[in-house]
Amino acid sequence: MYNNLSIRQKQIVWAWAFLAIPVLFYVVIRFYPTANAILISFQNWNLLGSRTWAGAENYIKLFNDPVFWQVFRNTFVYLLLGTPISLVISFIIAYHLDQLRFMHGFLRMLYFLPFMTSAVAMAWVWRWFYQPVPIGLFNNFLASVGIPQVEFLRSTTNALPSVLAPAVWAGLGFQIIIFMAGLRAIPRSYYEAARIDGVSTWTVLWEITLPLLKPTIVFIVVFSSIGFLRIFDHVFNMTTNDPGGPLNSTEPLVLMIYDTAFNGFDMGYAAAQTVVLFVVLLLVSLLQLRILRDR
Amino acid sequence: MAAVDTIRPTANAVLTTQAPKKPANMGQIIRWLLLFAGGILMVMPIAYMLSTSLKWPHEVYNVNLIPVEPTIENYTYVLEDGRFFGWFINSLIIAIATTISNILFDSLVGYTLCKFRFPGRYIVFIAILSTLMIPTEMLVIPWYLMSQQFGWLDSYWGIMFPGMMTAFGTFLMKQFFETVPDDFIEAARIDGLNELQIWWTVAMPLVKPALAALAIFVFLGNWTAFIWPLIVTNSVEMYTLPVGLSSFGDEADVAWELIMTGAAISTLPTLVVFLIFQRFIIRGVVMAGLKG
Repeated sequence: MYNNLSIRQKQIVWAWAFLAIPVLFYVVIRFYPTANAILISFQNWNLLGSRTWAGAENYIKLFNDPVFWQVFRNTFVYLLLGTPISLVISFIIAYHLDQLRFMHGFLRMLYFLPFMTSAVAMAWVWRWFYQPVPIGLFNNFLASVGIPQVEFLRSTTNALPSVLAPAVWAGLGFQIIIFMAGLRAIPRSYYEAARIDGVSTWTVLWEITLPLLKPTIVFIVVFSSIGFLRIFDHVFNMTTNDPGGPLNSTEPLVLMIYDTAFNGFDMGYAAAQTVVLFVVLLLVSLLQLRILRDR
Repeated sequence: MAAVDTIRPTANAVLTTQAPKKPANMGQIIRWLLLFAGGILMVMPIAYMLSTSLKWPHEVYNVNLIPVEPTIENYTYVLEDGRFFGWFINSLIIAIATTISNILFDSLVGYTLCKFRFPGRYIVFIAILSTLMIPTEMLVIPWYLMSQQFGWLDSYWGIMFPGMMTAFGTFLMKQFFETVPDDFIEAARIDGLNELQIWWTVAMPLVKPALAALAIFVFLGNWTAFIWPLIVTNSVEMYTLPVGLSSFGDEADVAWELIMTGAAISTLPTLVVFLIFQRFIIRGVVMAGLKG
């Protein structure tokens, strides 16, 4: 029967034979759970009893929950600190590294190495750094030069930046590599023309390099923003004795979701939080694409 | 600004130094020294992790980087305990299995979407692409229910199933199959190969660099994955390295040098692989970053 088919029909048969398992996978493991998450967000359910309809109750509860607003604020602080800081640092390093030849590969390796580490492992390493005297490395250094101690993870104001630091550190290598690829793509002739015209280095940077790097910048901004909005591993591991603490000052949305679902077993409420996360990610990405593309 | 959009970075370019050879002047020397200092600073956390894992307890809180009397005592202790060894094996099995699955399925789907013309092609493509926008965290609750219903909790399959295929990998492979000329495929058809053979013996060898890039990303992603393994595992024996390390560090009275040893055990494999295949991995990361 197969042999009677035309070449085009054979192609259709093969294509769907190849796609059968993957399509099943995407339907069962991606689309159905997405729909289910949205459905659960409108229900009350503690994992043991039955699922009962709750209407918009979970969402109303969420928007009236002061902890949620604290968490929402924290999540955006991670984004608003993390994205610009890592963008600027990685650009400066990539820009200068691009102009060096001596041991170029070695320097690049040093900067890239943290990207290959595990977030959980490094969260514990940094957590040790932040401990008070006589344990933590940073405070021991400060003590040895006579500077007063800094409360890194125990202060409500310092804890969030302290947790953010290893996340920025681990992501820099990737961004530097992407920036360098972007810089290499700019034709040398642009720079030569500018040099012949006697344009200053600074003007070249602002008028040629940065505008031509726009696609790279858009990619890095969107990519790293999504990462910071979904921060979890670092926060969870650096504050295991009081997840998200002290006083919820480091708690991001994903940690609240985890806590509500798997410690509080309030599945409906947690699902509503995941829907909010989804909407936030979508809006932030679209907004960034819009602003950055149009300019 | 049309010219701007046509400028596309390429993965190989990052490996070649394009900077013209300038005579070493003062500015270049200062630039090099600053970048070198920054690079050393970048690897300091890793260096301190390794150094502390080689220190005796009484030396741990000294700030010296080089241990006075290096010891592998911490490693012997942690490995004799047995749990870390088990977690290491679990992580290895899971990372390898998901990598193989992604290599096969992502490329098969990418290839089909790229080289076949059939009704539904566009819809399948858009549907798969749209899953990129759905964050994992939104799916963990339904996945947990599913695992509970089907008895997948606390098993390898339970840890692995969400990552067996990725839209990112599919899209990456589709992009790379565009570079495989249709003539090659036609020629193979005339030679009497069936479509499965053409994919495996003709197309796949031509996209090896992309497959390697995909493998690196999937392996690293699953080796370091935390939130889902944390949710789906209950028993200590089923933990992966990150989940195990997290629970180990959280135990009362665990000494910092032992935590650093555990951290080193979970980080060293990927670091060593990176140091061996450095050029290759950087090219792969750029490739995946730019095309994916």
